[in-house]
Amino acid sequence: MSEAIEAEQSFVDKFPEEARIVRAALLSSFLALVLGAIFGIIQTLHRTDVARIIPSTDYYTVLTAHGVFLAISFTTFFLVGLFTWALTRSLDRPLIDIRITWTWYAIMAVGMTMTGVSILAGFSSAIDMSADVLFTFYAPLQAHPLFYAGLAVFIVGSWIAGADWFRTFLAWKREHPDERIPLQTFMVLTTMAMWYIASSAVAASVLIFLLPWSLGFIDQVNPTLTRTLFWFFGHPVVYFWLMPAYLLWYTVLPKIAGGRLFSDPLARVVFVLFLLLSTPVGIHHQYLDPGIAEGFKFISMTNTMFLLLPSLLTAFTVVASVEYGARQRGGTGLLGWLTDLPWRKPEFTGMMLAGLMFAAGGFSGMVNAGMNINYMIHNTIWIPGHFHLTVGTAVALTFMAATYWIWPQISNKPIYSRSIGLVQVVVWFIGMALMSNAMHAQGMMGVPRRTAEPEYAGFDYPVMFGGYEELNIQIAIGGTLLFVSTVLFIGNLVLTMGNPKVSGLAESLPPALSGPDDAPRVLDNLRLWVGIALTLVVLAYALPLAAIINRGGLLGPGVGTYPAWLTPALDALASAVTPVLDAVGDAAASLVEVVR
Amino acid sequence: MHIHAYEKLWLAASILLILLLIGSVTYGAVGPGVAMVADSEQPVDAQALDEDERFSEPRVEQVGENEYAAYIVAYQFGFEPSPIVVPENSTVTFYVTSRDVIHGFEVVGTNANTMVVPGEVSDLTVEVEEPQEYGLICNEYCGAGHHVMEGKVHVVSQAEFEERNGGGDGA
Ligand code: HEM
Ligand SMILES: [Cu+2]
Ligand SMILES: [Cu+2]
Repeated sequence: MSEAIEAEQSFVDKFPEEARIVRAALLSSFLALVLGAIFGIIQTLHRTDVARIIPSTDYYTVLTAHGVFLAISFTTFFLVGLFTWALTRSLDRPLIDIRITWTWYAIMAVGMTMTGVSILAGFSSAIDMSADVLFTFYAPLQAHPLFYAGLAVFIVGSWIAGADWFRTFLAWKREHPDERIPLQTFMVLTTMAMWYIASSAVAASVLIFLLPWSLGFIDQVNPTLTRTLFWFFGHPVVYFWLMPAYLLWYTVLPKIAGGRLFSDPLARVVFVLFLLLSTPVGIHHQYLDPGIAEGFKFISMTNTMFLLLPSLLTAFTVVASVEYGARQRGGTGLLGWLTDLPWRKPEFTGMMLAGLMFAAGGFSGMVNAGMNINYMIHNTIWIPGHFHLTVGTAVALTFMAATYWIWPQISNKPIYSRSIGLVQVVVWFIGMALMSNAMHAQGMMGVPRRTAEPEYAGFDYPVMFGGYEELNIQIAIGGTLLFVSTVLFIGNLVLTMGNPKVSGLAESLPPALSGPDDAPRVLDNLRLWVGIALTLVVLAYALPLAAIINRGGLLGPGVGTYPAWLTPALDALASAVTPVLDAVGDAAASLVEVVR
Repeated sequence: MHIHAYEKLWLAASILLILLLIGSVTYGAVGPGVAMVADSEQPVDAQALDEDERFSEPRVEQVGENEYAAYIVAYQFGFEPSPIVVPENSTVTFYVTSRDVIHGFEVVGTNANTMVVPGEVSDLTVEVEEPQEYGLICNEYCGAGHHVMEGKVHVVSQAEFEERNGGGDGA
């Protein structure tokens, strides 16, 4: 038995080149996590008035950095690392050309660095650059061109990554013409198909409108149009964050629990549903926008509710697979099997706690999605309360937990301390329970999100669920625990990287109980699904976009630019150049004198 | 495709839940008449609001028996008029626009809450009851002074309204 394990090769033994890139992508992701967590704790203590170490006007620079680094950089870099691993592993084949792989990694890193620099420059008044526009960058608030350019470069990098995986898959398909697409590869490809559709809108918005506008080529943009294009992307991006977590819950969690996935076909159905439904719903973020007809909002709401279906199905399959694992380990009884699960493993406990929070997040999400209830909580701190459960825990905690499982296989180094890992995931859970719960409660009182000083001079908040101040304390304690948890995670990982390499860390993933052969072939017809997805997008967006352009014009109804970037820059340039020109003129004149 | 019996049950329950949710929202929209901010108002020129008949002078005026219109301009970083004074036991429609960036308009502790987009007018009708002071805040990030952007909505007695508003004819 032990010999068999010794003989089994880990991922890094088999695919050393791919393992390197997976490690690089994960480390980039964790760098973003650390930066994001530092900004997270600063803003938590600031807005709760526990400690204000920055001027309130800098709060928005901090918040932009927190949003961009965590929601865009941390999530996407982890995704590209995980997908590279999942695709290579499940196809059991190296990527086509590792130079292409490094190229997209480098492009993404450069893009994110450009955007990051433009944001962080906002802290220094010496540099005439800032991007205090938050990660939603609604025009006519304007960022430095470097911000938009970096985002465009980053997205293009992710497109090349997708192409790299599709090409590798096609090469595999030529080698295995009659085989079903392996489940993990199927998940990677459907997610990327969704990503191409979704990100095309924000890329268009940035390249056609925002970047030229920030460079001064056009004077104004249509704020409703760029906002709508943002949310065309902004909703599916939620699923783009979530899909790697789903991939882990479907394919890795059951194995850690001691069992295997319940049903491969249903997993495929779920991913197809996400591909189809996640884009034509973005308008649900604009329920309270003027200039968009109620009918469009209504259609978006209906689609959104159907989008609950794949998540509800996932809840079932994941719980069933874990229960199966527990029963394999000897668990019995209606709920007794719960005690037969490997709760001491940080990767298991972390993912289970993440899933539990996701259920809570799903509940508060249903409130958000109801159009009229939405009036109560729109733009209140309820919203960050909600998405710290979803992306901030269901996704982030799953990623951290999975790292305890995956890192040894991509590096041949055992985790430095699995007990610290266990403490870390539990601390995250407790911290988030406190912070998110209090945020929901403050949201019900009408406390806004995205503000440095939510206490206003002229009035007090109504008292519900405990006072405003008490809830602030809860948020501050919760945020501090989250920060501590992040530090534990990173510390543990850094120490792990210092460990010597060993062998015998390989883990295999068992096939599903009900395998792919039970899945109708049509599920693997990606062309068909992409076609339907595009049709749904056109149906959902053609009319609203046409109506918006019709109302406000492609470039907007007489809207200015804030702050006015280029004018002062040009003025400065002009005043710097004029004396030089004068001097040159004088010199020329005296030269002429001399010559004469 | 083989689907487990429990799974079928769960699937049916999920679809039922979704239909219920859609139903409840539909009921909310057509039943008690929770009106939505939508596209009923024509676009305006955000940079020429001082030439606009409604927004050159932000104000509250009577438009019908017990019906009032409040024309409000949001800007970096405040609301006009300030405070917004409306009479008790009346129906008030807020027409809100912005002369610079996107703002929010939230009467704290109520569901009077909308986005304010330059070039667009958000309309929002509420029933106001007894005299009370409400906080008004911008809940959409609008620049470095966002956190100081606040206002007030005062619901006052009919007499006081007329006194403060010079007879309620909107002058
Ligand atoms: C160290 C742990 C964290 C702390 C203490 C923290 C704290 C906060 C707080 C207090 C806010 C609200 C700020 C405001 O609206 O005024 C916020 C916003 C946000 N957080 Fe976190 N957070 C943490 C981790 C995360 C993670 C892991 C993610 C995502 C992966 C995330 C994503 C976001 C996003 C997208 C926003 C909204 C930014 C915006 O409104 O523009 N956070 N965070
Ligand atoms: Cu959404
Ligand atoms: Cu504001």
